[in-house]
Amino acid sequence: MMDELRKKAKELLLAGAVKVVIGYGKGSGKKARPLFARRPEQADKLIFDGSCQQNLAVYLTKPELKALGRPAIVAALPAMRAILQLAMENQVAEGLLVVIGLSPEGKLIELPDFKAMEDYLAGAALELTAEQKAKLEKIEKMSPEERRQYWQDQFAKCIKCYACRAACPMCYCASCLVECNQPQWVPAPSHAIGNLQWHVIRAMHLAGRCVDCGDCERACPAGIPLSLLNQKLAAEVFKNFKARAGLSAKQEYALGVFKPEDKENFIK
Amino acid sequence: MAEFEPKIVAFVCNWCTYAGADLTGTSRIKYAPNVRMIRLPCTGRIDFMLLLKAFDQGADGIIVSGCHPGDCHYTAGNFHARRRWIIFRQLLDFIGIDARRIHFAWISAAEGAKFAQFVNSVTAEIKKLGPYQSYQKAIGAGIE
Repeated sequence: MMDELRKKAKELLLAGAVKVVIGYGKGSGKKARPLFARRPEQADKLIFDGSCQQNLAVYLTKPELKALGRPAIVAALPAMRAILQLAMENQVAEGLLVVIGLSPEGKLIELPDFKAMEDYLAGAALELTAEQKAKLEKIEKMSPEERRQYWQDQFAKCIKCYACRAACPMCYCASCLVECNQPQWVPAPSHAIGNLQWHVIRAMHLAGRCVDCGDCERACPAGIPLSLLNQKLAAEVFKNFKARAGLSAKQEYALGVFKPEDKENFIK
Repeated sequence: MAEFEPKIVAFVCNWCTYAGADLTGTSRIKYAPNVRMIRLPCTGRIDFMLLLKAFDQGADGIIVSGCHPGDCHYTAGNFHARRRWIIFRQLLDFIGIDARRIHFAWISAAEGAKFAQFVNSVTAEIKKLGPYQSYQKAIGAGIE
């Protein structure tokens, strides 16, 4: 299986179709790390197994990567969704990158264009797993005071390193609101209110855009369950507006459009 | 001890609710003096961060109000705002911020009486809830 991937990457690099292949290589211990293969022989170092969790689409919008030239990217399901979402937001364009699709078992999927990716995703399971659902429901069932306490305890761990932002393929803004200090929207120190506000902003700015790859949570050195916030808002967006992020390069941003008949029950 | 007087911040749109509140005044209708109005061009301009910042500054309650759907001066600002609020309220509820402290209403420039009545009812409700201590405690908590 891995041979297939290496062969494909090597072909692309040899033919000069791409300048760099973004994939996974062996990291320290049992971890995988991102690998940027720029010469055909480097493609032999590519791997794909259970340790390859990172959503590599995060690199597509980085100026350093863009400077290298046309990329190919090894993409499992979350990365495919991220690529489509980035395309929908005009951050990547069809034809300017090659997607090497991989099924969860590591089988190569031919994805010549975005349409093929959309078709593949249409048949993919996108619902939360039973375990994820149980975690969400556990919090939803708490009393408001318990919920407040739960999140206050979680956010208290935050050291404001913004690793969640760095790991997120959707957080590509060149200048982030967090760095804005006139006005200072988010207090810079790791403070109860500042932490809360940062996580509210992050969740809101990803509502309807998050592709649920879980990289924010994996990147968090403090172990804050960030995916819960994203999954909750994704579920609300789906429930209210029937929209899911990253399924088509042509869909609209759920919070950027509206329907006159949108339903709510709290505006008097 | 004197009765608790809540601080309420009202984020209102320039074209409907602000003009509606003006009408309340010119109609000589009395309403609770607890409200501090902040006029913005449109409800579509009311960023969710503004609401959180109001709590930072010690607000006990928040009013958000603008034109009725279909009446927006900019055609669709309030429709966009509505979608954002639907999601934002769910997020607040999920992280345990008291959604009962943020009130939304559509109040047109002709509804001076509705404005007064809405402000009064919100003030009464926030009075019942008392000061927003859990948030204010967090502000004073210092660096973690």
